[in-house]
Amino acid sequence: MNFWHFMVTNRQQVLDLTLEHITLVGLSIIFAVLIGIPLGILITRVPQLSKAVIGGANVIQTIPSLALFGFLLPAPWIGERGGRLAVLALTLYALLPLIRNTYAGIRSVDPAVVEAGRAMGLTDRQLLFQVELPLASGVIVAGVRIATVLSVGVATIAAAIGAGGLGEFIFRGIGMVDNQVILAGAVPAALLALSADVGLGALERRLGTLRLRS
Amino acid sequence: MTAPASDGPAITFDHVSFRVNGRALVRELALSVNQGETLVLLGRSGSGKTTSLKLVNRLLLPSTGEVRVNGQSTTEWDPIRLRRSIGYVIQDGGLFPHFTVARNIGLVPEIENWPKEKIEARVHEMLALVGLSPELTDRYPQQLSGGQRQRVGVARALAADPPILLLDEPFGALDPLTRAEMQKEFRGLQQRMKKTAIFVTHDLREALLLADRVALMEDGRLIVNLPVTEFPHSQEPLVRAYMEAFSTEPR
Repeated sequence: MNFWHFMVTNRQQVLDLTLEHITLVGLSIIFAVLIGIPLGILITRVPQLSKAVIGGANVIQTIPSLALFGFLLPAPWIGERGGRLAVLALTLYALLPLIRNTYAGIRSVDPAVVEAGRAMGLTDRQLLFQVELPLASGVIVAGVRIATVLSVGVATIAAAIGAGGLGEFIFRGIGMVDNQVILAGAVPAALLALSADVGLGALERRLGTLRLRS
Repeated sequence: MTAPASDGPAITFDHVSFRVNGRALVRELALSVNQGETLVLLGRSGSGKTTSLKLVNRLLLPSTGEVRVNGQSTTEWDPIRLRRSIGYVIQDGGLFPHFTVARNIGLVPEIENWPKEKIEARVHEMLALVGLSPELTDRYPQQLSGGQRQRVGVARALAADPPILLLDEPFGALDPLTRAEMQKEFRGLQQRMKKTAIFVTHDLREALLLADRVALMEDGRLIVNLPVTEFPHSQEPLVRAYMEAFSTEPR
């Protein structure tokens, strides 16, 4: 069977699985941003924690994704639904680039500018929100971009634990030894990763010009 | 916004030492600056000038002794209130690269919750004061020349009308012509405003031009502290060395 023919005849399912895939990735990136950015900020304030936090996120990243899904299976509530489990695992994977880039981004702000802000009487909060985060935003968005592209790929494996998404086609295709079915999952996934890369890359460059102005 | 008035000196270093990792950067500094006076801290790099400056606005706290601003130890001041009553100018301006000129200048008034129109008026007033065109308000620091950035830095420090100014080699990064121009303008400005100012430099010519009093530092210690008219006649060997280097400087 021809790839295009398969896509057209199964367009409803392709669409559903793509949307499911986007939901898995989207939710986990939102959670990872909500956890990773504050953690990244925290370790710029309490540098003693930075080794432990970045090290921990690093360790998570080194666990093979299929094994991580497996480890989480017995977890209460989370393990009951494939979707929940996939979102948790993907969130954990996305943490490292977010924590690391937030930390590196804030640390790379010109110390003279930060000191000028402090000397002018900005509070820690004002310094963070008006100076450090805006100047680090390009690097932070780069972290979001890396995490998103990574998650789109890893999320295909979530189908193995019944979380759905484009991995369904890939696993089904492997089972059927049918490349067209594998491609029906792989091509849309690749397109998703590519568009996330391009879109967030554009945002990153826009924010990056702020830094060039220094 | 104005710090509580007092008749005593505006700034007093009361036998202040500052050590970091056991190394003394400032040793037993005893010095005061009167209201409305410009004190120049002169010395080579590493002599403790910048450290002394940062002890005034509590970017650093003394290891021993105390620094008093308007009679009150910096340890007793609320650091935020203290800093907002002290203008701070550093080399190359230290401007916020992501803020326009207007926002850079208006930042302290903004965080002090001045009404918008008042901030805008103040920004224009400050631009005029430092000799910049009002057309620059929407530019970013990177789009300015070094001299313009430095003027914005001065305007920003003065925006909330602080009674005290700290300047850390503010004109050090400028070309000689612009520097001479800025020095002249700063002197004119100071004659009108009469802020209490501490000006850090390693340039004797600049010190003699701008100071009411010159305090010479070396290796964290105060060597002499003299009115500018008496400084060139001091018999202190280090002062002689400075004067000699100055007089043999090619013109």
